[in-house]
Amino acid sequence: MYEGVVQDLIDELGRLPGVGPKSAQRIAFHLLQADSEDVRRLAQAMLEVKERVRFCTVCGNVAEDAECRICQDPRRDTAVLCVVEEPKDIVAVERTREYRGRYHVLGGAISPIDGVGPDDLRIKELLGRLADGTVRELIIATDPNLEGEATATYLARLIAPMGVAVSRLASGLPVGGDLEYADEVTLGRAFEGRRRLDVP
Amino acid sequence: MSLYRVEGVVLRTHKLGEADRIVTLLTRDQGRIRAVAKGVRRTASRIGARLEPFGHVDAQLYTGRTLDGVTQVETIAAYGASLAADYPRWTAGQAMLETAERLTPEEGTPARQQFLLLVGGLRALVAGEHAAPLVLDAYLLRSLAVAGWAPTFTDCARCGAPGPHTAFHLASGGVLCAACRQPGSAAPAAASLELMAALLSGDWAVAAASEERARREASGLVAAYLSWHLERGLRSLPLVDRSG
Repeated sequence: MYEGVVQDLIDELGRLPGVGPKSAQRIAFHLLQADSEDVRRLAQAMLEVKERVRFCTVCGNVAEDAECRICQDPRRDTAVLCVVEEPKDIVAVERTREYRGRYHVLGGAISPIDGVGPDDLRIKELLGRLADGTVRELIIATDPNLEGEATATYLARLIAPMGVAVSRLASGLPVGGDLEYADEVTLGRAFEGRRRLDVP
Repeated sequence: MSLYRVEGVVLRTHKLGEADRIVTLLTRDQGRIRAVAKGVRRTASRIGARLEPFGHVDAQLYTGRTLDGVTQVETIAAYGASLAADYPRWTAGQAMLETAERLTPEEGTPARQQFLLLVGGLRALVAGEHAAPLVLDAYLLRSLAVAGWAPTFTDCARCGAPGPHTAFHLASGGVLCAACRQPGSAAPAAASLELMAALLSGDWAVAAASEERARREASGLVAAYLSWHLERGLRSLPLVDRSG
């Protein structure tokens, strides 16, 4: 146990995800030894992110205005919508530089065992966005685990009757790996989702 | 570091740190256990797909200081993929997993009957020969019976007088005769009581011939009976999609 404010700082840091008591102590002493200006900048950034960042009223992404940067961009294709679980998934898809449509953040996946049902996600907002007929394709990019798959099944069942093409991200072998090391579930998915090679 | 092997069904997983998960298994010989599976949330993980809920696996674990760790996993049967493709069955399966977890409160206490019942229930759910809500209700009644709370649907739960009886009382553990009837008893239809008795005994011919009204009433009574004994309702049960 340390004196007053030092212990307070260690306690607060220890509440952060992935930061244990030892790490909290190390970070606290790093801050004590760091330049005052650096620490002030860090504190300012933490305050600003809480004050200025909110969720996009259209897609649910993090934004500094009412709408996020992607929803405001007129060059993005409004006919394609990619559904993701969390805002951080948008960053992952954007890194591919393959997708030029817009996004919709659900805020999680359906997980009855954790008490999370369809009404706890931004599914009503998604249906609202599809109602005007602008969106022609919906790409479901929920996590490739069972909750993500079941959420995709639920959405497909709900949305297919609306005349919107619904697709799901492919699952399969990681690029750069050896086939012999693939697990049977992933390899099975890769077989299911195999594609024809068109020879020119 | 001592190694040991278990056969079990993955009941649930929790995220841990950057890329790990805590996996809860209902095992054949050691009851419910929890273990850390390192790096399984990375897409390159070789065992991540095998440690999804509904997975029936043969796993090798090592004894850790606080939690044991998973080193190797082989799949015996993967029920998850086919269930996730059928939303009503998946939600029914989730309720089965949560029930199995709640009815095995002590970690490491053998619960072989619950394990065998869960494997059988998941197999029946995936096979799709019976409606998912019927499979779920049959599983719930039988898992309660294995836990020592078998309800009675024919003889009086208090005096044993042979039925049929019309009053159903949760706290008494089933139907009551006119003499033993308690305040607050429900008066379900005879068809609903007959259906619940069939689900408990495995008489699928009677269960399959039941009408929708009896199924709905029986589901409500089974859920109430389960909540009464667990003292806290299942989180997944209200989210079960009974349209399938």
